[in-house]
Amino acid sequence: MIYSEKVMEHFQNPRNVGVIKDADGVGQVGNPVCGDMMTFYIKVKDNRLADIKFQTFGCGAAIAVSSIVSEMAMGKTLEEAMKITNSLVAEELGGLPKNKLHCSNLGADALHKAIEDYRERQKALKKDKPARSPSEEKCYCPYCEGLLEDLEDFCQKCQIELEKCPECGEPTKKGEEKCIHCGAKKQRI
Amino acid sequence: MKRVYLDHIAATPLHPLVLEAMLPYLKENFSNPQSLHSTGQEALVALEEAREKLAELINSSESEIFFTSSGSESNNFALKGLALTHREQGTHLVLSAIEHQSVLHSVKSLEKLGFTSSLVPVDKWGMVDPEDVRKTIRKDTILVSIMLANSEVGTLEPVAEIAKICRSRNVLIHTDAVAAVGNIPVDVKELGVDALSLAGDQFYGPKGSAALYLKKGTRILPFIDGGIQESGRRAGTENVAGIVGLGKAAEIAKREMEERTQKLEPLRDRLIDLLPQKVEHVILTGHREKRLPHHASFCVEFIEGEAMLLNLDMKGIATSSGSACTSRALKASHVLLAMGIDHATAQGSIVFSLIKDTSASDIDYLLEVFPPIIQRLRGMSPLYTQYLEEKKK
Repeated sequence: MIYSEKVMEHFQNPRNVGVIKDADGVGQVGNPVCGDMMTFYIKVKDNRLADIKFQTFGCGAAIAVSSIVSEMAMGKTLEEAMKITNSLVAEELGGLPKNKLHCSNLGADALHKAIEDYRERQKALKKDKPARSPSEEKCYCPYCEGLLEDLEDFCQKCQIELEKCPECGEPTKKGEEKCIHCGAKKQRI
Repeated sequence: MKRVYLDHIAATPLHPLVLEAMLPYLKENFSNPQSLHSTGQEALVALEEAREKLAELINSSESEIFFTSSGSESNNFALKGLALTHREQGTHLVLSAIEHQSVLHSVKSLEKLGFTSSLVPVDKWGMVDPEDVRKTIRKDTILVSIMLANSEVGTLEPVAEIAKICRSRNVLIHTDAVAAVGNIPVDVKELGVDALSLAGDQFYGPKGSAALYLKKGTRILPFIDGGIQESGRRAGTENVAGIVGLGKAAEIAKREMEERTQKLEPLRDRLIDLLPQKVEHVILTGHREKRLPHHASFCVEFIEGEAMLLNLDMKGIATSSGSACTSRALKASHVLLAMGIDHATAQGSIVFSLIKDTSASDIDYLLEVFPPIIQRLRGMSPLYTQYLEEKKK
């Protein structure tokens, strides 16, 4: 199996799936072009996350990530929840396949967006309109974690071309001496 | 747990008679067919018998068969070999937008050497219009490559008609028939092609055994330089057991193809008819009639392929998907996009490809366990929630 036991467990029994109709904050990230899309709903009480629900369109990793993020953040203060990072999420799941690491960004991002939405609403800048981000046709580079401007085999933001490592078969930075995944030295042509 | 294998397009099981035919060449007779001693000569005889059987399956002569290691190698051999050999006549290639990566990437490599190419579009059923090929052929076109059957959507392409156009324009035609040979009748003379790729693991033969048909008199540079194997076009000690297995699989396919089709077509149709009835927003991909007899492919709206695939696997059902998440490159299927299917819908790609042993109860089992999986995944999909909200309005 390509996923850890914990990923599969969360994928099979995701926690906190659903919609909160009268949510205090809503955050949505991703779009179907990249393959994943997540929406987080939060209820806040005394500066703590009293309830979290999510919906996810995506692969096994995306669903497991959403589930664990909701679990990690439940009951936390907003400041604590904002400190949940993608690497913490991946770690909590017992690791993710390299080409699925970008899914862990989405989970934390969606939660943070929901919190930001809540804060905006508190500032009364927005009244009751949920912060639905426009579904831009953009993807995150799975390897450098930057935004991909189009669907090419390289990330324009960090100007990295991707190629397959001859050792582990995972995509890695082109021209790099060592594979960023398995550490194997690549032959220079 | 019940085990149902519905991933023919990835690999077929090895036919027991094929294994039996191969074993002597993995055990007692390990000789090199180029050796002059008697066991070497025995291996050579077995090799040539396999060539005859394969030639019979596609109605070619034995001298037109070149053994290779995979369908991808056959496609590389044909594209690169034919293009480089005929470059003095021109440097333009024509292919369809839904070709296999081994064709598309061969052409990408050729472009680095100065060749150019044009992609012929497909309609919403994944079918090439021969007229589009006619319009795309230029003065400097030397080769057209259009697949016979697409493994992702099952559609059969009008290759015979396209070949006629190519002949009238004096352009070579290659067809990637990897998904077709051994599963539907393929006659190279009726098709009128100059080159055709096929692979044993698509019709109950072993992996690592494939071939390129090359019409007599077609010039081509060697793909592997070395000894005299495969008439000097593809050197290297032959994979005797694999080739013997390929020959046996061809012999059995010729004999059993009709029977297999008669059994699988109704099962395929049952799946195609009943799944969209059981669950709404499930779309058939590919042509309804002009498709492989063992192939039923769909896009399930609002959910993603890998999640479906993993859930089906937990129920013992093995399938494929063309979703971006299931590909290592994280790109949506170029085939589905070329057919005009949008990114979100293409993410819900799922392909069921039946094998000869698939039974009616296997299909019933799939029809029983799949709808609840779809419902469960839709229950957590923001796209489905959006759809339901919009429907209310």
